[in-house]
Amino acid sequence: MSNKVIGSSVNRLDAVAKVTGKAKYADDFFERDMLIGKVLRSPYAHAIIKNIDISKAKALPGVEAVLTHNDLPKIQFATAGHPWSLDPSHRDVEDRLILTDKARFVGDSIAAVVAKDVLTAEKALKLIEIEYEVLPHVLEPEEAIKPGAPVIHSEKPDNIISSFGPEFGDVESDFNNAFHVFEGKYETSIVQHCQLENQTAFSYTDTDGRIVIVSSTQIPHIVRRIVGQALGISWGKIRVIKPYIGGGFGNKQDVIVEPLVVAMSLAVNGRPVRYALTREECFIGTRTRHAMKFEFKTAVSKEGKLIAVSINALSNNGAYASHGHSIIMSASSKFRPLYNFKSIKVTPKTVYTNLPTAGAMRAYGVPQIFFALESHLDDIALKLNLDPIEFRKQNLINVGHVDPLTKVKVRSFGILECIEKGKELIKWDEKKKNYEKQSGDKKKGIGMACFSYFSGTHPVSLELAGARIVMNQDGSIQLQVGATEIGQGSDTALAQMAADVLGISFDMVHVISCQDTDITPFDTGAYASRQTFVAGAAVKKAALEVRKKILTIASKKVGLNIDELDIIDANIIEKNLGSIVCSLEDVAMESYYDRINASPITSDTSVNIRTNAPAYGVTFAEVEVDMKTGKIEVLEIYNVHDSGVIINPKLAEGQVHGGVSMGLGYALSEQMLFDKETGKPLNNNLLDYKLQTILDTPKIGVSFVDTYDAGGSFGQKSLGENPTISPAPAIRNAVFNATGVAFNKIPMNPQAVFEKFKEVGLL
Amino acid sequence: MYNITNILEPITLNEALRMYSDNPKLKIIAGGSDVLIQLNHGKFDDVELLSLRKIKNLNNISLLEDGTISIGAMSSFSNTFRNEIINKYLPVLTEAAVSMGGPQIRNMATIGGNICNGAVSADSAPTLFSYNAFLKLVSIDNIRMVPINDFYDGPGRVKLQPGEILTEILITKENYHKMTGNYIKFSNREAMDIAMLSVAVICNVENGVFNDLRISLGVSAPTPIRCYDAENYAKGKSFSKETIETIGQYAKKSAKARNSWRGSKAYREHLINILSQRAIKEAIKRAGGKC
Repeated sequence: MSNKVIGSSVNRLDAVAKVTGKAKYADDFFERDMLIGKVLRSPYAHAIIKNIDISKAKALPGVEAVLTHNDLPKIQFATAGHPWSLDPSHRDVEDRLILTDKARFVGDSIAAVVAKDVLTAEKALKLIEIEYEVLPHVLEPEEAIKPGAPVIHSEKPDNIISSFGPEFGDVESDFNNAFHVFEGKYETSIVQHCQLENQTAFSYTDTDGRIVIVSSTQIPHIVRRIVGQALGISWGKIRVIKPYIGGGFGNKQDVIVEPLVVAMSLAVNGRPVRYALTREECFIGTRTRHAMKFEFKTAVSKEGKLIAVSINALSNNGAYASHGHSIIMSASSKFRPLYNFKSIKVTPKTVYTNLPTAGAMRAYGVPQIFFALESHLDDIALKLNLDPIEFRKQNLINVGHVDPLTKVKVRSFGILECIEKGKELIKWDEKKKNYEKQSGDKKKGIGMACFSYFSGTHPVSLELAGARIVMNQDGSIQLQVGATEIGQGSDTALAQMAADVLGISFDMVHVISCQDTDITPFDTGAYASRQTFVAGAAVKKAALEVRKKILTIASKKVGLNIDELDIIDANIIEKNLGSIVCSLEDVAMESYYDRINASPITSDTSVNIRTNAPAYGVTFAEVEVDMKTGKIEVLEIYNVHDSGVIINPKLAEGQVHGGVSMGLGYALSEQMLFDKETGKPLNNNLLDYKLQTILDTPKIGVSFVDTYDAGGSFGQKSLGENPTISPAPAIRNAVFNATGVAFNKIPMNPQAVFEKFKEVGLL
Repeated sequence: MYNITNILEPITLNEALRMYSDNPKLKIIAGGSDVLIQLNHGKFDDVELLSLRKIKNLNNISLLEDGTISIGAMSSFSNTFRNEIINKYLPVLTEAAVSMGGPQIRNMATIGGNICNGAVSADSAPTLFSYNAFLKLVSIDNIRMVPINDFYDGPGRVKLQPGEILTEILITKENYHKMTGNYIKFSNREAMDIAMLSVAVICNVENGVFNDLRISLGVSAPTPIRCYDAENYAKGKSFSKETIETIGQYAKKSAKARNSWRGSKAYREHLINILSQRAIKEAIKRAGGKC
C-alpha cells in the first residue's frame, strides 16, 4: 500500500464523458416503439374519488392505455429507500398505492395514460372525467394533530405517523437542579433538492419475459425490491439499470416513478414506456425536506456548562409516510456526539398533512435540528454574556465518548481544530471588534455554527456493501461496486482505494459505473454519506484478496514469503532490498495462461459494517444586512471539516461547495409555498422557487483538518451530506451579530426580514 | 410540451402584417421567452404562431438625425445592453436590460416582446416610462405612435389593436439629453429572477436643484406607472435630505401595490419609498451632484 493514490486529487473518472456529452443519462436511451406515460394529478388537497370515467381518454387516437387504481393490484407499499428489515416492526409504513384511490394532496397521482407522444398523452389526461367529493384539508402539523382534524389515512386516525423519541439521563431532575434554564422556538421551511435531473425512468419486458427498468435512481437494488412488492412480482423477475445520474440529494433515495412506469409498460404488453417528470411535477410529485418546528429547553450550570436539553419537535411529513419518522430519529441521534449533555430528551411527532410528501434530503433531518440547536446556543451565549465560540468549546465531548443509546463511539474528534481554523480564516477576533459599533443603512456581522454527523446508518440499519475485482492480463483491473455513483464522485474515490491497495496507478482501475441489478454486487445504494465509508471497506477487502493472490503467485517465483513482498508502481518488489521481482503484468499473464496453475485473479466480496464514525465540521460566515430593505448578503463563508482521511481533496472540496450552496439557499431564499385555502403549490418552478444562482453565491472557502478514524477502512469518515448542515445557523448567527435580531425561522428572505424588523421596531 | 400547430416565419414586415391581418388569431412570437412558457403552462391550445425572427432590420438600434434614438422591437436584451448608442445615451436602459433573466434569456428575449407581454415586472418598462418612450405600432393600413405611458391596460394586457405589430421604440433627444438616472431592480436573486419591485429614475439636476425628475415603478400597480405627484413636487426644489424623503413618500402614494405571495403590500410600499430615494441619490451622484 504505497502508491499514494489516496489523498491525491486525481480527475473524476467520469469528467471527460460528462463534459463532452458522451455520458448517457436515463433520457438518452431510446428503445424502438417507445411510448410515453403521463399522470393525471389531483387538483384537490383532500378528496374522495367517487368515480373515474376513462372512456373518452381511451378513445383518443394514439392512446394505448389508461390506468387507474382499479387496474392495479390493491397492494399498499412503502417507498423509502431503506434496506429491507426481516423484523416487521422495523419496516417502513406501507401507506400508498401506485395510483391512489383517494387524493391526499394537490398533485397526488390519480390516473395514468400511455400514448404515442407527450401531446397525445396530455390531451388524453384532459379527457379523463373524475367525480370528487372534496374533503377538508390540513396543511400545518399542529392543526393536523388536533382532535377532529381531517383524517388523511384511516390507519392513523390521529395523523401521527410516530411519536417515538430518544431519552437518556434524568432530564427532570437536571432541570429541577439547573442554575439557568433557557427556552427557544425554532422553525424551518419546506425546501426541495432541485437536483439537475428530474426523476425519469423507462421500462419494458425483455426477450426472456423479464421486466427491465432503466431509472435515474440512487438505489437500484431497492428499486427492484419495491417494484416487486408494489406489483406483487417476484423480485428476481425484475432488472434495474442505473446509468449516469444527474444528482439526487436524497430525492432519488425513494421509489417514486418506477412502480408506475412498470405498470404502464405491462399495460401495453411490455412495450417500452418512458415516464419522465417535468420540473413542475418534480416539485410536488417527488419528495421535499421536512419542515420542522422545535421547542428547545436547556439547562445550564452556573459555570456555563450544558446540563440537559429537552426538545419538542413537530415534523411535517406531507401526505405519505415515505422515510417518515426515521428523519427525525436521525436528527435526534446525530446531533448527540458533540456537546456533553448529561441528559437528553427528544419528544418528536411526525405528522401527516395534505402536502407533497417529505422524504430523504441531504443530511436527513440534521440541518433542521442544527439550525435550532446552534441558533439556541448563540441565544444562550448572549444571555450569559459568553463568547459563543468559548461557550461551545467548554461544552464539547471528548474523544472516546460513547453515546448511551446508540453505543456509537467517538474515535476521532477534530472539532476544536475545525473551530480554530475557521476563526483564523474569517479573521474572527479582528472583525468581531470592528463590527461592535456600526451605523448607517448596512451592518456587518459574523457568526459560526458546529455540527456532528454519522458515517452511514449503523446501528439503525443494515450497512452492507459489495465489491468485485477482475484483473486483466496487463495488470489493470475492473472494479465493480454496488455503491451508486450519482454525481458525488464515489466511483473515483473507490477506484483510488483499489489502486492504493494494489500498488497500481489510478488509470489502471476501470470502474463499471452503470449499475445493473442482474450483474453488480449487492449494495443498498447512495445515501447517509455511506459510500466511501461502507463501500470503501468492501473495496479494501476485495483489493486485499486480489493483492494476496498476486503476491502468492509472485512468492513462488522468488521463494519468499508474501509478507516480504510489496507491489509498487505495478511491479512486485522485494521489500527488504527494494528490487523488482517481476512486473504485475507477468503475474497477471501467468494467472491467465500458465498451463498448470492458470486461474485468473478475481475477488467477489461483501462487508457488513457494524460500526460508525461521527464526522464533524463548522461554518463561519460574514454577512452584510441592508437595514432598510432587509436584504442579507453573505460576504464570506468558510466550511472546515473533520471527515477523517480525505480520499480526494478536489472532489471533497466540490462536495463542500455544493453543500454550502444548498445551505445558503436554505438560510436565505428557498421555500416551497402553498395556498392556505386550497393547498395548491404556488411556486413549483425554478423561477418562483428561489434556488440560489452563482451570482448569489460568495466565494466558498473550504478546509479540512487532519484526523484518522480507526473505524474507517482508510481512516475516512463521511463527507457527502455534511457541508449542508451548518451554513444556515452560522448565517443566522452572523445576522444576529450584525443586527441584534434573533431570527428563529428560515429562510431569512427579504420579506421575512422586513416583517421581523417591523416586529422588533427597527423599521 | 409545446402544442404548436403551425409557425409562420415571414421575412418582411409587410408579409407579416398581411398574414396577421388575414388571421388575427395568430399569436405573435418574438424571442419566445414569454410565449413558450405560457404555452408550456397550457395558456393556449393548438396555437398558430407568427414569428418575427426572420424579418430583417427589426433589431436595429440607431441614432436618427434629430437625435431621436430608435430601438427595433426585435432587439434582444443582449443586443440592447451591448449597444454603443444605448450605453452612451440611455445608460439606464443598459442597467435595466442587463438585469433581466440570465445570459440565455437575454440572448433570446426582445425589448418589444417584453413590452407587449404587458407584465408589471417587465424590466424594460420602468426605464422606458421614465425616458418618455414612444411606441411605433404598425398594421397593414396604419401607423400610429403611442406614448408607452398610455400603452399598458392592465396586468398582462396592452393596447394593441388587432393586426398591429410593435416595430420600434423611440426616445426623443429632449428626453435623454443631459439626463442621468438609475434603475434598481429589487429581487430575491441577483440573476434569473423577476423584480419584486423596480424603480427607474431619470433626472436633470443643476446647481443642487431638480430641473426635471421622472420616477417610474414596476410591480407597484396593475401596470408599470409614473409617479407624477412626486415628480411635480420635486421640480425646482433643491435636493435636500428632506426633499428626497418627501419624494419617496409621494412615490409610495402613487403606487397601488397588492398583497401577493411574492411580497406583501406593506413591504412593496416600504421598498418604493426606500428604493426611489436610493435611485434618486444615485442619479444625482452620477450627475456629479451631492446630496
